[in-house]
Amino acid sequence: MNSIILSFENVTFTYTQEDASVKPAVQDLSFSIQDGEWIALVGHNGSGKSTIAKLMNGLLFPQTGKVSAMGQLMAEESLWDIRSQMGMVFQNPDNQFVGATVQDDVAFALENNGVPHEEMVLRVKESLHQVKMEAYLDHEPHHLSGGQKQRVAIAGALALRPRLLILDEATSMLDPQGRMEVIETIRELREATGLTVISITHDLEEAALADRILVMNAGQKQLEGTPDEVFLSGNELTTLGLDLPFSMRMTHLLQEAGVQLQGEHMTEDELVDELWTFYSRK
Amino acid sequence: MMEKMIFGRFIPGDSIIHRMDPRAKILFVFVFIAIVFIANSAVTYGILLGFTLLVVFLSKIRLYFLINGLKPVFILLIFTFLLHIFFTREGDLLVDIGFIEIYEEGLRQGIFISIRFLVLVFITSILTLTTSPISITDGIEVLLGPFKRVKLPVHELALMMSISLRFIPTLMDETGKILKAQMARGSDIGSGPVKERIKAVVPLLIPLFVSAFKRAEDLATAMEVRGYRGGEGRTRYRQLDWRFKDSLSLLVLAGLAGMLWYFRV
Ligand SMILES: Nc1ncnc2c1ncn2[C@@H]1O[C@H](COP(=O)(O)OP(=O)(O)O)[C@@H](O)[C@H]1O
Ligand SMILES: [Mg+2]
Repeated sequence: MNSIILSFENVTFTYTQEDASVKPAVQDLSFSIQDGEWIALVGHNGSGKSTIAKLMNGLLFPQTGKVSAMGQLMAEESLWDIRSQMGMVFQNPDNQFVGATVQDDVAFALENNGVPHEEMVLRVKESLHQVKMEAYLDHEPHHLSGGQKQRVAIAGALALRPRLLILDEATSMLDPQGRMEVIETIRELREATGLTVISITHDLEEAALADRILVMNAGQKQLEGTPDEVFLSGNELTTLGLDLPFSMRMTHLLQEAGVQLQGEHMTEDELVDELWTFYSRK
Repeated sequence: MMEKMIFGRFIPGDSIIHRMDPRAKILFVFVFIAIVFIANSAVTYGILLGFTLLVVFLSKIRLYFLINGLKPVFILLIFTFLLHIFFTREGDLLVDIGFIEIYEEGLRQGIFISIRFLVLVFITSILTLTTSPISITDGIEVLLGPFKRVKLPVHELALMMSISLRFIPTLMDETGKILKAQMARGSDIGSGPVKERIKAVVPLLIPLFVSAFKRAEDLATAMEVRGYRGGEGRTRYRQLDWRFKDSLSLLVLAGLAGMLWYFRV
């Protein structure tokens, strides 16, 4: 079961190779992702995250190193097959909405892959149900909120029944409510289907939900590990320009102020639980 | 003013006309345009007007709404009417007050041309009012299908049309935002001499263009990621459904043509 779904081997990519002064956007990067994992890829702006996403599905090809996905080496011939098993959602909710209405947009990838009409109707319904947007079949994009548009984009990716879903800062342009909707959708999807998810973000609260975090800095992998492991190196993250989740910052500040808290708290609930039981446990 | 304009607007509904196949409606309009030119007498123009009003009635779009929305067209209509009245000098002299002379033939021609104009505008408006832009696009794509043989990029044209339609509201919103942003910086588009106003539009257009290009790039990436490789081997999600009533509508039109031909003088 634990098979590798995607791997990078010593991948280096530079946008303008002719210009020697330009540093590679991704440098000697290696990692692999297991089937069913939820990976968070974090790093500050310009650290190479989007470039990695584009290398993952063959929008860009590495100058050195190898990218493999779904058991195939990424190449011109395998490209479309790999893409059909991989969904991708981008940052701007408006700029990825192709169809005139919600259902047209969800059907777009199916049309491209030549899925027969009856099957399409079923799959559009099914994927919209998965993101709880089935009541919006005929809605036009400008009548939807950002969070709703992103959920439609996720449905559009799911319609092809992909094995891997990549979200490139899919929540960064949303208001807190929209962000919650999208994160909740991903969580439920993972529970229901065990889909492999790579979420690219610079929101460490979102990253805390993942199984494993990769921290990028200047095109290189800086840290890798479970959220607990990664967040332990708190100061290092701060120097990389990343903000620790609120509950962790609070914990640190309380500890500095002399409150004897036990360990780290990645969610607000955990912190609150420790605080309200603080005196009784003393 | 802009809200009342009904050019290119779509009013959702479920009348017989709304439920017609877009291909039938497009064909209907084109055939109708040709048929209108058969009319040449009071009776035939009367029939045309009656038929048009019947179509409007069937579409369940209120006549008042239609007339109100087409106000700018009426100005043009009145202008052509007056042009005919004053410049045709045939038949009996009806009115003669100083320099204004109105002849019988002029009045007749004026009325006929006005009716012709009116029915054409009404019928085409009914087409756009009762058919969503995306259905019109679908209809055009299928109707133009045969021209693929002569290398007309039908699929690409239809996709371009539907994406443009999809982005109109987005870009309108954006224009509004930029306008406000520039106004907040002291730019004044609403007043001043024309030259100044035109100059003030430039800082509006440039950010709009920059963002439109950015959007186009993002959209192209999103399309490629979702497996878009041109029209080849693509299936269609939207299916058109040609029914008996669609054939019937074209038959009715043939009947109309026959009737006009019969009563023609
Ligand atoms: N199309 C491009 N052409 C040239 N340089 C680019 C392009 N896209 C990104 N870069 C550069 O590559 C680096 C990594 O960018 P990116 O992968 O977008 O980072 P992130 O998504 O982490 O913000 C940045 O230094 C950026 O300026
Ligand atoms: Mg990015």
